[in-house]
Amino acid sequence: MTREMTPAERTAVTMGFEEPDRVPLFLLFTIYGAKELGLSIKEYFSKPEYVARGQTRLLAKFGGDCVTPFCHSASEIEAWGGEVIFRDDGPPNAGRPPIRRPEDIESIAVPAVEESPSLLFGLETIELLKREVGDDVPIVGSVLSPFSLPILQMGFGAYIELLYEEPDLFRTLMAKNEEFCVEWANAQIDAGAAAISYADPLASPDMIPRDLYLRTGHIVAGRTISRIRGGVATSLASARVLPVLEDLAGTGSIGVGVSAFDDLAAVKRQCAGRLTVLGNLNAIEMRRWTPAQAEAEVKKAIAAAGPGGGFILSDNHGEIPWQVPESVLLAISAAVRKWGEYPIE
Amino acid sequence: MGSDIQDSPESVPPPETPASDLKDALLGVDRIRAGRILRDASAASSPISCIETLVVPVLEEIGRDWEQGQAALSQVYMSGRVCEEIVSTMLPPGSPERISQPRIAVSVLEDHHTLGKQILLAVLRSGGYEVIDYGSGVTVDGLVERAIRDRVEILLVSTLMLPAALRVKEAVARIREAMPEIRVIVGGAPFRFDPRLGQETGADAVGYTASDTLAIVRAMTGAI
Repeated sequence: MTREMTPAERTAVTMGFEEPDRVPLFLLFTIYGAKELGLSIKEYFSKPEYVARGQTRLLAKFGGDCVTPFCHSASEIEAWGGEVIFRDDGPPNAGRPPIRRPEDIESIAVPAVEESPSLLFGLETIELLKREVGDDVPIVGSVLSPFSLPILQMGFGAYIELLYEEPDLFRTLMAKNEEFCVEWANAQIDAGAAAISYADPLASPDMIPRDLYLRTGHIVAGRTISRIRGGVATSLASARVLPVLEDLAGTGSIGVGVSAFDDLAAVKRQCAGRLTVLGNLNAIEMRRWTPAQAEAEVKKAIAAAGPGGGFILSDNHGEIPWQVPESVLLAISAAVRKWGEYPIE
Repeated sequence: MGSDIQDSPESVPPPETPASDLKDALLGVDRIRAGRILRDASAASSPISCIETLVVPVLEEIGRDWEQGQAALSQVYMSGRVCEEIVSTMLPPGSPERISQPRIAVSVLEDHHTLGKQILLAVLRSGGYEVIDYGSGVTVDGLVERAIRDRVEILLVSTLMLPAALRVKEAVARIREAMPEIRVIVGGAPFRFDPRLGQETGADAVGYTASDTLAIVRAMTGAI
């Protein structure tokens, strides 16, 4: 009998478009660790030790194939001078945007990673996780793309207007955001992250027209990803990806997160041999699944995208909500072991 | 058998109508062209008629296009903003040409993502409605207090995050205790990802897009 692969081996083999021992499972927990440790979400995010402990306990409990230091998107905005608003049962929100008028773009300073407590928190978490899991489990770092970060930096509506009507200020902002993103991503790689999730929801044609993306965010992504010293997978944070798969493949990304609204089998066919597919369990509906439904959803996803490797089972957004019962997560974990062993019938 | 020489359907451009012209201008974010089309239409009939026959149908069509993956959210947002600006000059708030309206309020419950609310406000105002904006990050207590104080008749609750969507239920139940006749419409991403979520909240309707919500409001109130 062949030896069971480690999560890192399993992930590497599938990302090489070959079949590992079974389909890897990325359960991307952020706030869920607080529940596991019996802490409030705010308290949980007060010490890197808590986050690292939460991640390793959840890894042991649910048998996933990765850990992540990612806490919440607002931590990047905090580095830019924004505020974080906590709640008891959900991810923290970014508060008032640090860029309040388009003119602020000229003067806003690019934060240095080594001077930003919220980013240093992430790096320390990676180092703690690395000590725990070594090279056996991939540590997935995370950045908001330079192109999508302004949604939080200045508010979504104001940013859309900038994108259409202020090309010079848009370019200035992208230059600053690219510097920040590259430094932040590489700092995570240097601390021990195996790969970076590049969150770029604005790349989806659900968000902006494809021709506008090709003139803007696509170019930004190509420039940025080429400077990151590690593998980068793009996540559109539950927005549809299928119509821009070719474009994403051209950015240098090596993987892509898939929406619950996408046809997973069609995405897999189009990605084959070029992009590893991550997805696409519906994390919102998951809250009310029964264990039997969870198993059926896992089986369906594996049937659609598992054969041939190049597939990691995950949720469609990159975060397991607080409200999802443990019984569902245990059922997902059991189902991937039952139905995801290669060769898949 | 038809003629041997036929144009394929693709080669015959559809006749340009004010509606198709306006839609094209809005999707291209061409404020000047959109303004000219609407001012011409208004001069030929009336501001109310222009809103009824041109603005509302075109915004509804753009909303449907978004639902079907044929338009982007940025185009929905900019279309609403452009129409809102033009309509506010054609038919200023409080204008005597507006007929009596129900008291409508919109709020982002417990989170701080405002795009959905901004689109909703723009589309409803473009449709000729006056809407009270309760802002974002509104607590359940705050929403209950304000809706009752203002005797709101149609309450629109926008959410982005799942926990906020789940909190709508409590807000609806408490407001209905004081005002059983209130109509509540919920909307936001969680309701798109889980179509059963709307029922759980006790709301009267789910608006899957802003223009969808406009149609629901119009059905609830009758056209302006």
